[in-house]
Amino acid sequence: MKYTRFALSLITIGLLAACSSSPKTDGQTGAAVEDRSSASASGVDANRVVPVDANSGGQASYPELKDPKSPLSKRSVLFDYDSYVIKDQYRSLIEAHAKFLTSHPNVKMLIQGNTDERGSREYNLALGQKRADAVKKALSLLGVSEAQLESVSLGEEKPSCSDASESCWSANRRGDMLYSGEF
Amino acid sequence: MTLRIPTFLRATFAACALALASSPQAQLAIEITGAGANRMPVAIAAFEGENALPRAVTDVVRADLERSGIFKIVELGPSPMGAETPPDFGRIRSRGADAVAVGTVAPASAGRHQVQFRLFDAAKQVSLGAQAMVMSPNQYRTTGHRIADYIYEKLTGEPGVFSTRIAYVLKSGSRYELQIADADGSNAQTALASKEPIISPAWSPDGTRLAYVSFEAKKPVVYVHSLATGQRNVAANFKGSNSAPAWSPDGRRLAVVLTKDGQSQIYTVNADGSGVQRLASSSGIDTEPSWSTDGWIYFTSDRGGSPQIYRVPGSGGEAQRVSFEGSYNVSPRPSPDGKSLVYVSRNGGRFQVTLLDLASRQTQILTDSSKDESPSFAPNGRMVLYATEQGGRGVLAAVSSDGRVKQRLSVQSGDVREPAWGPQPRN
Repeated sequence: MKYTRFALSLITIGLLAACSSSPKTDGQTGAAVEDRSSASASGVDANRVVPVDANSGGQASYPELKDPKSPLSKRSVLFDYDSYVIKDQYRSLIEAHAKFLTSHPNVKMLIQGNTDERGSREYNLALGQKRADAVKKALSLLGVSEAQLESVSLGEEKPSCSDASESCWSANRRGDMLYSGEF
Repeated sequence: MTLRIPTFLRATFAACALALASSPQAQLAIEITGAGANRMPVAIAAFEGENALPRAVTDVVRADLERSGIFKIVELGPSPMGAETPPDFGRIRSRGADAVAVGTVAPASAGRHQVQFRLFDAAKQVSLGAQAMVMSPNQYRTTGHRIADYIYEKLTGEPGVFSTRIAYVLKSGSRYELQIADADGSNAQTALASKEPIISPAWSPDGTRLAYVSFEAKKPVVYVHSLATGQRNVAANFKGSNSAPAWSPDGRRLAVVLTKDGQSQIYTVNADGSGVQRLASSSGIDTEPSWSTDGWIYFTSDRGGSPQIYRVPGSGGEAQRVSFEGSYNVSPRPSPDGKSLVYVSRNGGRFQVTLLDLASRQTQILTDSSKDESPSFAPNGRMVLYATEQGGRGVLAAVSSDGRVKQRLSVQSGDVREPAWGPQPRN
C-alpha cells in the first residue's frame, strides 16, 4: 500500500515536472530547477534525505508574524505620490523585519510594489518595482541576505482600495512584505 | 410541476455553459459613435437563396461596411438579386448607390453552400470583380466578413480587417478572462481564466499564439499561449518582475521587460524562454517595447526625467528619443507601414491616444476621452483599438487614424481592457 502511494507520488512529481515545460535556461524559475544549496553542500551525509514541502518553501509557522502586538504583523509601507523613498515613520518597521530575517536565514520574503491606477499599466508596473526595490534595498542595508529577498511589482493591478480618490490612491502606493508560505 | 435537477448536475451544467459560451452579459456590443465625412454610398442586395442560412450573410456584410465609417449603406429592399442576372442599374443609381454587390447562395455537396457574388460600379455599370466560396451554414459570419473584406479592398485599394480577431481582458468581479473575439466583438471565446490579473496580451505575427503577463504566481510572469491547443509555456520567469512582451516581426523572439539585474530593462528572448539577451541599458525605467516592421523597437523610458518614447534598432544600439511634447508619453505602437506611431499622452490630467507622423513630427490627439490606455493598430493601419473608461467602467474603443470614425465595444457588466488587434488571418 505504502509503496503504491510512493509510486503514485513519484508519478505525480513526474507529471508536475512535465507540466512545467519551460526550458531550463539562464536562471529562469518555473523550470524544475530549485536551489537546494543547504542540502547539497559537499556531501555531509550521502544518505540524508531532506524533506521538501511542495506548499511553497516549506515554511514553519512563526506566531510573531501574525501576532497583532508584534511589529512583524505589519507588512505595508506607504509612499508619497511619484515617490520611491521610504518615509522615516517606517524605519522601525523595516528594522524589525530585517532583524527577523537575519535571525531566520532560511525564511524568504517576497516584496510586492503597488501603484495607483493612473496611467499606463506597464509603466505603473515598472514604478511599482521601484517601490518594492526601495524596501528590498533598505532590508539589504540592514544585513538581510540577497538570497532571502525577491522584489516584484503588481503595478496597479491589485489595489487595496478602488475608488478614484486621493485617499484611495495613497493607500494603493504601497510596498507589501510577504513571508514564504504567504504567497 | 417543476423539474428538479440534482445539485451536482446543476454544477456540471454551469461549468459546461461557462466553458462553451460566454453569457450574453459578457458579449461585446458594438456601437458607432462617429463616422467619416464623405462616406461612399454602397448597396448590398439580398443574395438569392441566402434565406436557407441561419442568418443572412449580407446582414454581416452591411454591418461590417457601415461600421468601417467609410461606407454608407443604401437600402434596396428585401427582394434578392442573383449573381447571374445583370442588376437594374437605373434603380440602383436612383437610390444613390455608387457600387452594388449581388450574389447567389446555392446548395453544394455534404450540406454545404456555395456563395457567389459580384461587385459592380453602378455609375459605369461595369463589374469590379467576382468571387465564389463554399461554406457550411454556420459559417455565415466568417463568409460575410470575407465578402466585406473583398468589397472594402476593391473600393478603397486597401485590405479590409473584418476577418481579423481581437484579444482583450474581461474582468468580472474578481475573475479575469483573456478573451478572443471577431473584430466586431462577436464570437467571444475565453483563452484563459484566472483569479489573478492578466495584462499585456500580444499577438504572434501569424495569429496563432498570444504572449501575455499573468500574475497567477503572485508576481508578473510572461507566458506564450497557443490558441488552438491551449498549450502554454513560460517565456520569462526570472527573479523579480517579467512583463511587457512584444513579438519580433519574424515571430521567433520576444522583447520583454525584466528586473533581474535591477530596474525594469528591455531584453530579448526566444519564444520558448531560451537565449535571453539584454537589448539596451539605461539608468532609469525602460518598458513597453513594441517592434516595428522596419526593425525598430519603440519603448517608454524615463531616462530623461519623465516618461517619453524612444527607439532602438531591434539588434541593439544607440537609443533615439522620439517624443518631445509634454511630460508623459507612454505605450508606443508603430503603424504597420512604420510611418507613424500611436501612444498615450497626458494632456492636463487627461490620458489620450495620440498619433505621431514620424516624418513630419506632427502630432494629433485622436480621442476626446480621458483615461485611454493600450492603443494598437488594425493590420491595415486604418483604425486604432484602445481601452478607455465610460461611466466608471472599462470599455474598448476604436478610432480611425484620421480621428473621424469612432466605435465603442462594451459588455453589459464587467470591465473590458488591455485590447490587442490581431494580424490578418493566413488562409
